[in-house]
Amino acid sequence: MNDGVNGVALAVFLFFFLLVTVMGFLAARWRKAANEHTLDEWGLGGRSFGTWVTWFLLGGDLYTAYTFVAVPAAIYAAGAAGFFAVPYTILVYPLIFTFLPRLWSVSHKHGYVTTSDFVRGRFGSKGLSLAVALTGILATMPYIALQLVGIQAVLDVMGVGGGESTNWFIKDLPLLIAFGVLAAYTYSSGLRAPALIAFVKDTLIYLVIAVAIIYIPIKLGGFDDIFASASEAFSETNPATGAPRGALVPGDAGQWTYATLALGSALALFMYPHSITATLSSRSREVIRRNTTILPLYSLMLGLLALLGFMAIAAGVKVDNGQLAIPQLFENMFPDWFAGVAFAAIGIGALVPAAIMSIAAANLFTRNIYKDFLKPDATPAQETKVSKIVSLLVKVGALAFVLTMDKTVAINFQLLGGIWILQTFPALVGGLFTRWFHRWALLAGWAVGMVYGTVAAYGVASPTQKHFGGSAKEIPGIGEIGYIGLTAFVINLLVTVVLTFVLRAVKAPEGVDQTKPEDYTADAGDPGVQVELPPATAGSTH
Amino acid sequence: MSQAPETGRGPVVTPVRVVIALCLVAPFVAMLWVGSYAKTDPVLIGIPFFYWYQMLWVPVSAALTMVAYKLWQRDQRARSASKGGAAQ
Repeated sequence: MNDGVNGVALAVFLFFFLLVTVMGFLAARWRKAANEHTLDEWGLGGRSFGTWVTWFLLGGDLYTAYTFVAVPAAIYAAGAAGFFAVPYTILVYPLIFTFLPRLWSVSHKHGYVTTSDFVRGRFGSKGLSLAVALTGILATMPYIALQLVGIQAVLDVMGVGGGESTNWFIKDLPLLIAFGVLAAYTYSSGLRAPALIAFVKDTLIYLVIAVAIIYIPIKLGGFDDIFASASEAFSETNPATGAPRGALVPGDAGQWTYATLALGSALALFMYPHSITATLSSRSREVIRRNTTILPLYSLMLGLLALLGFMAIAAGVKVDNGQLAIPQLFENMFPDWFAGVAFAAIGIGALVPAAIMSIAAANLFTRNIYKDFLKPDATPAQETKVSKIVSLLVKVGALAFVLTMDKTVAINFQLLGGIWILQTFPALVGGLFTRWFHRWALLAGWAVGMVYGTVAAYGVASPTQKHFGGSAKEIPGIGEIGYIGLTAFVINLLVTVVLTFVLRAVKAPEGVDQTKPEDYTADAGDPGVQVELPPATAGSTH
Repeated sequence: MSQAPETGRGPVVTPVRVVIALCLVAPFVAMLWVGSYAKTDPVLIGIPFFYWYQMLWVPVSAALTMVAYKLWQRDQRARSASKGGAAQ
């Protein structure tokens, strides 16, 4: 690692950081609506975004700084296994195409702001809705923390992260400043801030990837040489495990893991509150379907990015912490000023999702815990105020997490978060297509999935960790190694189906369904669907 | 996973809808069948098959989703026309 501060790179980084800060505050005036004190305004940008804004917002949201750092880092560490991110994102789009337009329609018709709002309205169960809300908040927190880890990695490589010797305050000061700025503009501008900043983020990222994927291979002697040296590096024995470090192609044993990770992650992605927030902020259901045809551009970028992991090996980047591999590769290969652009891309890539995630978690808390359980008669203005404050608290929590605990703890929780959030799939997606599942069966299935997933993940050891060493484990009954989240999901579904039969047989009360079949296909312009919903509470409780 | 519960609007399963479903299912079959692409050869501009094949599937699946989208739009328009402009 570089000892001195890279002045040029830092200056370029600061320039872009200031630029997005100004944009973040000005965003409040962008497409401003008459009534800004509603949760629809602050938390969903007035539900007014068209195809391109939604595209940038979703891209900014799903392809986070952590993705940019972690995917190539996984390739750098183990080769082929890390490439599952590509099939995973390929599978996401047919899934979105199938169910999100229905969620959009029913949410607009009934003024739902969160997935829990929908679950409560569909199944008439506050308990189930609370379970979905808590899962969402729990899964989002470590995700935000990881964005800060991404910024930290960049700051470290630029030499402003501070060494181990400096005191903690100086060491973390840059992170604290970045965090303070993020918190301030999210508070004042809501979802409009990350939507606007996402333009800068994606432009920078595309630029950096395009340059990296052409410039670095030329410097390293082409892809032949890159893969040759990667292959050599992977065949070396890892002293910790006694097995080769990795492989260029997954072996027979790794194929189940690869496929289940891809499928499980794809199913989980749109259960995350922040993906739903970005989706519901779009103007019409056509915007969502159209987006599934242009979003794959990001997958292509992710694939190219993953290849940077091999380039880091070929370029002889040696880091103990795999997360630093890509920032270090940029630092080594690019001229200083362009390294600054690349670091800015990663840094801003962390701010956008962190903002959206904190807004999404805050919406969940406000709508499904505060309003449902603490203060049922809250006005839209009060809801917005609570949401703003909670979005701050969520970020402070994430910051405390990053500063006080080891980075591996954040990564472990992120892994658990993925397993957890997948357990809300039957209630949400099941609910979008059928009312057959019984609400109590869904709740029981969720609980079983959560417990199984957590216990199973706890039991996974790796050479460096006794617990939470990975996300794959033997699938009971099949004997292959598979993604724990997907196994838990299947168990969850089985429990739900069996209990639904039982509960229906004993005629347990089903709860009131507020929705009608035609609500799921309604589009903007149909009666009862307003493009700009006045108060966030319209239709949900009265 | 079809949008089945719409009542009184012609048969639920039509040839067009089967094609839509196939377009949406194809990427799952291709990507989850890891054994079909877990190999190094043929190498393309130095990149092993495993990597370029999966990246090739990004535009392929995007095209398939696009086809599904267009067919779905046509299907919906035809249906609402025959039913006098009911909700899509």
